[in-house]
Amino acid sequence: MPHLEARRLTKVFGPDPDSVLPLLRDGVGKDEILERTGHTVGLQAVDMTVEPGETFVVMGLSGSGKSTLVRCVNRLIEPTTGTLRLDDTDVLALSSGALRELRRRRMGMVFQRFALLPHRSVLDNVSFGLQVQGVPRAERERRAGAWVERVGLQGYERALPRELSGGMQQRVGLARALCTDPEVLLMDEAFSALDPLIRREMQDELLRLQAELGKTIVFITHDLDEALRLGDRVAVLKDGLLVQVGTPAEIVMHPADDYVRAFVEHVDRSRVLKVRHVMCTAAAGSPLANGSALAEGVRLQANMPLHEALALVASASEAAIVVDTSGRTVGRLDARTALSALVRGHGEPSR
Amino acid sequence: MLEFLTREFPATWRLPLRGWTNDAVNWLLLNYGDVFRGFTETLLQVLLRVERFLSALPWWLVVLLVALLVWHATARSWWTAATLAGLMVLVGSFGLWASMMTTLAIMLVATIFTIVLGIPAGIAMARSDRLKRLFRPLLDGMQTMPSFVYLVPVVMFFGLGNVAAIIATFVYAVPPIIRLTDLGLRLVDKEVMEAADAFGASERQALFLVRLPLAVPTIMAGINQTIMMALAMVVVASMIGARGLGQEVLRGLQRGDVGLGLEAGLAIVIVAVVMDRVTAGYSRRWDHTLEER
Repeated sequence: MPHLEARRLTKVFGPDPDSVLPLLRDGVGKDEILERTGHTVGLQAVDMTVEPGETFVVMGLSGSGKSTLVRCVNRLIEPTTGTLRLDDTDVLALSSGALRELRRRRMGMVFQRFALLPHRSVLDNVSFGLQVQGVPRAERERRAGAWVERVGLQGYERALPRELSGGMQQRVGLARALCTDPEVLLMDEAFSALDPLIRREMQDELLRLQAELGKTIVFITHDLDEALRLGDRVAVLKDGLLVQVGTPAEIVMHPADDYVRAFVEHVDRSRVLKVRHVMCTAAAGSPLANGSALAEGVRLQANMPLHEALALVASASEAAIVVDTSGRTVGRLDARTALSALVRGHGEPSR
Repeated sequence: MLEFLTREFPATWRLPLRGWTNDAVNWLLLNYGDVFRGFTETLLQVLLRVERFLSALPWWLVVLLVALLVWHATARSWWTAATLAGLMVLVGSFGLWASMMTTLAIMLVATIFTIVLGIPAGIAMARSDRLKRLFRPLLDGMQTMPSFVYLVPVVMFFGLGNVAAIIATFVYAVPPIIRLTDLGLRLVDKEVMEAADAFGASERQALFLVRLPLAVPTIMAGINQTIMMALAMVVVASMIGARGLGQEVLRGLQRGDVGLGLEAGLAIVIVAVVMDRVTAGYSRRWDHTLEER
């Protein structure tokens, strides 16, 4: 069962959003609706399911509605219609009091421009969520202190946000969101305001934390590389419509339309694709499945990124054997197959 | 039909605002006179205590305390503290020390009274756009209405003297603190407000933990303006019996004693400068959005 599930989530901005819904149902476009009624369509019937522990990245350009989508999840923006469930909770039916409880305990959020409280120390920023919950000072400082350390800011507990660099500030933002131990982490362009190097560092930090925590994460970005790097699955949003949802490999290898294709064209496929995406699969009982037949060949892990595997297969005279984590042979990969996977149009995995 | 299209404004078109106002004032005085007298008495007692306390302090201690406060407010500017302390001594040398203490007491009570009522009004105004639309013309009116207009009813309700002066000062000086409290709360970074919401802060928590602390520099600027406007009322207030430096200016005016007027005027300016440096200093010190100095 998905952890978070949105069904036909729609948001229309304007004086009378409900009046526009019939037009949307008839398939009238976003631009025409703006011209005819003065209403802006933010989201159009978005269906989205996020599994427990999954990092779900929503990718889109500015104006695609991605910030609206993430704000609809915790109702910072009230959706016009649709349903939204968090486990068994019907989020859109919650009273304002129940919604406040949900935000306090079950959802954390990280913001693009950090949105730290400038008058509070790092420790007091991180413990803000606990303070709002009414946790006594001593306990919230203890718990917040642990998170400050966990994001690598020990020694800065008493510093004010303005004394920190952008990357450090967003570490505070991340610690603040995690400090209440929420089930769901909402990250709105969390790393977009950072320098490329720092951004990469923060992505690593998130991947490291996520490996330990296994939170359900909804991550918003306009950066395809970031989406492919962080996402278990990636959703591409355009004009408030979900164009495609899939794993990074699916998005790269089977773009749903020209829009997505244009996006993924310049991606370094060797870093997105893994050996298992491009190898020739071993049919059960075939000679290939018998590992000993090629015992001298190169062995590759199925989950190895293709760019690492290329270096190995390029120098091998024979196809390399691909094994899964338990050491079982699952396929083979030769240099030609690997190379052709990197060229657009020839990326179909052999089945 | 169209006989009102004459050159003269039709004499029969007469809105009896004057009569209504006078009736209302009389009715209030008749029915609620005791309430106003009670209020006047309470405020008078507070004022007397503050004044007695300030007058009981040795002059050098007051100078020292003011110097310390300025020093603290201006982030340890020795020079400013020493200059302002010197200027206070100068007022003493004019023979106006006691008058200055009286004026300070009136200022202090009027300012606290104004802040205590003004900040909640500003908070209410920031919460509701409708209230803001209602308040704005009212505040504009309070600031631009000639003060002599309300001096008369103020005296009728609160008698001649320092209490009437405080009320008149309040009417004139409360608009900036209300306006700037409203502005400060509305200026708080949208994303920071969003963060407070996202973490489930109630309206009260968002106000006290986030918005008010962040609005403090703007509110301090409002307090600064309020004090400056209150000082501008010192002379006017002396016309309805307030004592202190304003009274000295008035005396100089009545006797044609230009020197006395100048001395008392300078003393008012010096009080204003001291209060400005202190409040402006704290406004800047508490502005966390500024870069580290």
